[in-house]
Formats: sequence, C-alpha cells, structure tokens
Amino acid sequence: MRLELEKRPERSKVMAVASPIAAVFATLVTGAVIFAVSGVPPLKGLWIFFLEPFSSMWSIEELVVKATPLILIGCGLSLAYRANVWNIGAEGQLTAGALAGAIVPIFFNAWQSPLTLLAMLALGILGGMLWAAIPALLKVRAGANEILVSLMLVYVSQLLLDWLVRGPWRDPHGYNFPKSVSFEDWQTMPTIGDGRLNWGIVLALLAAVSLAVLLRRTMKGFEIRVLGEAPRAGRFAGFSSDRMVIFAFMVSGGLAGLAGVIELTSTVGQLQPNISPGYGFTAIIVAFLGRLDPIGVIVAALMLAVSYLGGEAAQVALGISDKTARVFQGVLLFWVLACDTLILYRIRFVPGLPRGEVAR
Amino acid sequence: MTFRSALTRREAMRSALLGSVVLATGLGGSAVAAEKLKAAWVYVGPVGDFGYSYQHDQGRIAVEKALGDKVQTSFVENVPEGPDAERVIERLAREGNQLIFTTSFGFMDPTIKVAKKYPKVHFEHATGYKKADNVAIYNARFYEGRYVIGQIAGKMTKSNTIGYIVSFPIPEVVSGINSFMLGAQSVNPNVKVKIVWVNSWYDPGKEADAAKVLIGQGADILTQHTDSTAALQVAQEKGILAFGQSSDMARFAPKTQITSIVDDWATYYVERVKLELAGKWKSADTWDGIAKGAVYLPEIKNVPDDVKKMAEETIAKIKAGTLKPFGGTITKQDGSTVKDLDDGAILSMNWYIKGIDDKLPQ
Repeated sequence: MRLELEKRPERSKVMAVASPIAAVFATLVTGAVIFAVSGVPPLKGLWIFFLEPFSSMWSIEELVVKATPLILIGCGLSLAYRANVWNIGAEGQLTAGALAGAIVPIFFNAWQSPLTLLAMLALGILGGMLWAAIPALLKVRAGANEILVSLMLVYVSQLLLDWLVRGPWRDPHGYNFPKSVSFEDWQTMPTIGDGRLNWGIVLALLAAVSLAVLLRRTMKGFEIRVLGEAPRAGRFAGFSSDRMVIFAFMVSGGLAGLAGVIELTSTVGQLQPNISPGYGFTAIIVAFLGRLDPIGVIVAALMLAVSYLGGEAAQVALGISDKTARVFQGVLLFWVLACDTLILYRIRFVPGLPRGEVAR
Repeated sequence: MTFRSALTRREAMRSALLGSVVLATGLGGSAVAAEKLKAAWVYVGPVGDFGYSYQHDQGRIAVEKALGDKVQTSFVENVPEGPDAERVIERLAREGNQLIFTTSFGFMDPTIKVAKKYPKVHFEHATGYKKADNVAIYNARFYEGRYVIGQIAGKMTKSNTIGYIVSFPIPEVVSGINSFMLGAQSVNPNVKVKIVWVNSWYDPGKEADAAKVLIGQGADILTQHTDSTAALQVAQEKGILAFGQSSDMARFAPKTQITSIVDDWATYYVERVKLELAGKWKSADTWDGIAKGAVYLPEIKNVPDDVKKMAEETIAKIKAGTLKPFGGTITKQDGSTVKDLDDGAILSMNWYIKGIDDKLPQ
C-alpha cells in the first residue's frame, strides 16, 4: 500500500471550504499535544493561546492594531504576486515610508493642523512608492531580478534609518540616545476610544476593499490576472508586462509605505532604530495565507495577530517559553498549506510497493 | 494591598463575563490566590542567552527564593524593542501585576506610556533616563568592570590588538568602550582596540562572525558588549583569551574566559519587592557599581599571578572609591580634554577617547 497525490482535473469546491476548517482543527490537535508534552493542561493551553485574545475588548483592539500593517502590506503584495511580480522588499518600503513621513514633524515641528497628518500620510505613500520604484525600474530597464533587488533594498533602508536616528535626525534633547523628537497632536494618528486602536484600521480596510473591487470588477484586475497566469496570452491581448511591473510595485510599495507611516504615527510615535518587527516579511505569509485575495488577507492578518498575542499570553499565564509560542505559528502555517494541497490534489491509496522498489 | 481597585464599570463587566466563561469551561485555576504580590519582568532576549536576560532572570528567581509564597512572578522573554513592547507591558499591568520590571533601554517610552495609564501600578525601567512617580529607574556601573578587564587585556595582549564586539552605539556601550580603553592604556600605551558593531543585543551567528573577523585582523584577546556566549566559544576554538559578559560564562569556555563582568540584579530586585510588600515603594534612581556588588568579577583565571594581583588591586581601589575610571583628565579623540566626568556626562557619552581606532557612528 502506498499513498499518492493525484492532481484533480479542477479545483475542488468542497476542499476550498473544508481546507481552512481542517487546518484549524489539525492545529488545535497538534497544539493540544504540544501543551500536553510540555506539562500544561491542553484545554487550558488552547484557551489561553487561541481564545483569550478574543476575551476582552482590550485584546481585541490590540489584535486589530497588530493586524493593521499586515492587512495594508498583505493586500498590496497579493496584487503584485497575482501579477507575477515578486516584491519581497515590503519591509524596506515600509521603512522608506516611515522616513518620508517623519520629515514633517522633524523639519516642520511647529506645524499643527489636520493637514499635518495628511501630509505625513501622503509622504509615507510617496516614500514607499519611490523605494519600490528602484527595483521596478531596474527590472524593466536592465532586466535585474526584482526579488533580489527589492530584498537587498530592505537592508539599505534599515541602515539609512539607523544612521538618521543616530545622527542628523536625532532628538537634540534626548541624551544622545538614538531617537527622533516625539510626535505630538496632529503628528500622530487619532485613536478610536481610549486604547491604542486608531484610524489606521479604517484606512487598511478601505485599501483592502478597493483592491478587491479592482481585482474582481475592473479591466485592470483582468489584466493583472491574465499577465500573472498567462503572460504570453497577456501580451497578445496587448497588455504590457513592463507597465504591469511598475504598477504592481507602485501599489504594493505605496501601501507598505502607508503601513510604515501609520505605525510611526500610532504605535511608535517617533523615529527609532526599530519601527517594525518584520511586518513586511510577515505580510508575505499573510498574502499567501489569504490566497492572494485582499479580503482573505484581512482574515489571514487577524490569524497571525492571534498567534502573536496568544504567544505572549501563553508566556505570561502558562510560563511556556517564547520558542514554544513560535512553534505554534509554524504549525498553523504548516497545516494551512498542507490542507490547501487538497484543493488541487486528491490522496489515493495505491496497492503495491512504493515506486522504484524491487520485490525480493 | 492596592490591587487595581479603580476598575471602570465597563472593565469590571468584561472581567466578570470572562470569569464566568472561565468557570463554565472549567479552565480557571491560577486566578484565585489574590493575596500574593504579583511581580513581572520583561526581557529583550531569551532567558537562555546566558548573558544579560539570563542574569535578570536569575534576579527574578532570587526574589522567588527569598520571598517564597508572598510573591508570584512571571516574565515575558524576547520582546522586541518597538511597538510590541507597549502591549506586553500593558498586558502585565492589566493582569494584576503590582510591580513590573522592564529590563532593556528600548522599553523606556512604552513603560512611561503604560505607567501613565496605570498610575497605581509600579514600574521599574533598567538603563534608561525617564522617571515618573510610579516609574523608578535602575542601572549598574558596568563601566567600572570594563576598566578592570581593560587593564588585564592591556597586560596580556602580545599583538597589542584587542577585539571588541559591540551592539548599539548608545551611551552605555560607548562609555564601556572608553572605560575599557582607559584601563588598557593605563598599563600599555601601545594598545589598540578594534571594534565591530553587530547592531543587535543577541545574535550568536553575527557575534561569532565578528569574533572570527577580529581574530583574523590580529586580535589576540576578545571582549564584548553583546549577550551570547558565541564569541567566547570562537575564542576557545582559536586558543585565545577572552572575557565573558553579564554572567559568568566560564563553563562555556573554561580555558578562555579570564573573568566576566557580572550584573548582579538579585540584591536590588529582592530589596525593591520587599519595599513593595511593605507598602514603602517609591520612585528612585539607582546606579550602583562594584562597591555595592551590583557589578562583580568572578575569580580571575588563565592569567599569570602578577596580572591577577594587579586586577584585584584595581577592583579594591574602585570599591574603596579611590579609583574612578572617568576621574582625572581625559583626552577625547578630537584632542580636546575633559576632567572628572559626572554621572550626567557618563550617561550621555557619545565620543571616544584618544587612541580608539574607530569612528563613532554619528
């Protein structure tokens, strides 16, 4: 007897619905086993890890705050990846956006009006787009690999940020510590309620919905899908893949820049060496988890946010190590991808010996 | 004890709701023992770094040992110095911790922000400079230890080149480099220090690479201001001497570690938790060094007796207060001089002394 994966003639509609449910179920079972092995009552462990984040308004707000940048970047990347454009450098575009947005409070510190915030957001988008334009143009003009160029530019942007906050943009009254001035009033994103929840999530949802409409209902969306799935057919139809590279980088870079400046004006509040715990990279996982669909990305971003918050809760309440908490993120992603395989393939039991082995 | 008595009605309802869910599902357990003082620690690295965070955790364990069932402690490790820190700290405050220690410089602003929201909770932030009525700050004079190991390195080096692996160019680290160099120069005028920035507090891979580079450039003694044991282990492989960091790392490299600059937070933590228990906690600014045992150097090994004797004498002088690493006239890299630096100058140091062959990232 052996197991074989056999390609289905078409995508299975049943599995498309069943696969995420199966994945969550498998994750819970694996989680229970891990908790049991590490000496924590499994039910209590699962409660703390997966449900506690939903048990109070505070943590729900924190979930949303954590998911905001992931949604913004994730849906931009979804569009790019659909178009077969591989922007891996969203983290760099996020940093560039934050840097551009910070120009306002650092150089025009006294300017306080609602326009201040708008200017910062606009500069953030522009910064992300400019940073994304580099790999896009190098790809179109010189045929450079966009994966490599966009990834390498992440490190360039982070070192640029590092240099700026330690040098020219450092707060002159900050005891030489590597931080810019703190942003005040209209230099920060207004909050909703008295927690950390802010208007960033509204912008993120707006972006996701607009991109969903764009992809599903417009000619541009059709162009993206055709060029992504069948580039030759796209060319025959008169679509330019060069222009698509630029478009995809502008959208994904601009959204990453916006995410950067939103983080900067909401949770961080000043320029400092670390402004993102790797949102640009996590968003790549979010994009695929959300099946490259902007609405799916919203769900996927919340799922990843749960795994971060649940991990912290588990450390505090159960005393399990940070490493165990991270294993859960891996387990979740593993099962999601494994179950997704069943959408395109079916498992078959084939009698007989594994292929290539000779009976003795 | 004043647990968070000022719950708003909304919050009270939420927790009542949550409580009933917990009870209904039979998952409650630890929520009952409200008589204990809850204290929590936030670490920037893993407790298994055997360096900085490990040493803070040793302090936490000491609190549990000393105060037994009067306290209940918890910790969160590997917390990034960014927006996530605020959430972690707020979670601890919300869960009824009365005393919260945030142990890395980058937790400063998040600690202040959360402290404003929870005025009845007491916070303690290590290595920063922002205080509040419910936020105390504490630090240790690591630089005193660095002067001592600088002297030992200055005596022991044959190539006159010492390798120094560093994290971030913040004042604490810069003053450490200067103090080390002042110590080395006091016994060897020809000594040179080579510096590699790894831009991380804890990254064993990068730290090991930096160690290899420095050894390749002729360094025959290594020291570090990063938290893992990687550099020490590389030094042991290559058969050269090195110093440990934050904790006694001798067991990882017994033939290589001369001594280490150990941060002993246990005394401080036990004292602060006792004050909290007695209801006498007050915001304060504590900066102790070798004299009070906040910094100490474990037994000096792998060097000749005269070097060991010299180092022990230096430690005794620092303890007695007759030797101050930043006392006397100090010449900066640009040739200007300063005299008898006070604490403020040490805490905001962003310049090198003369003789350091590196440009400070500005």
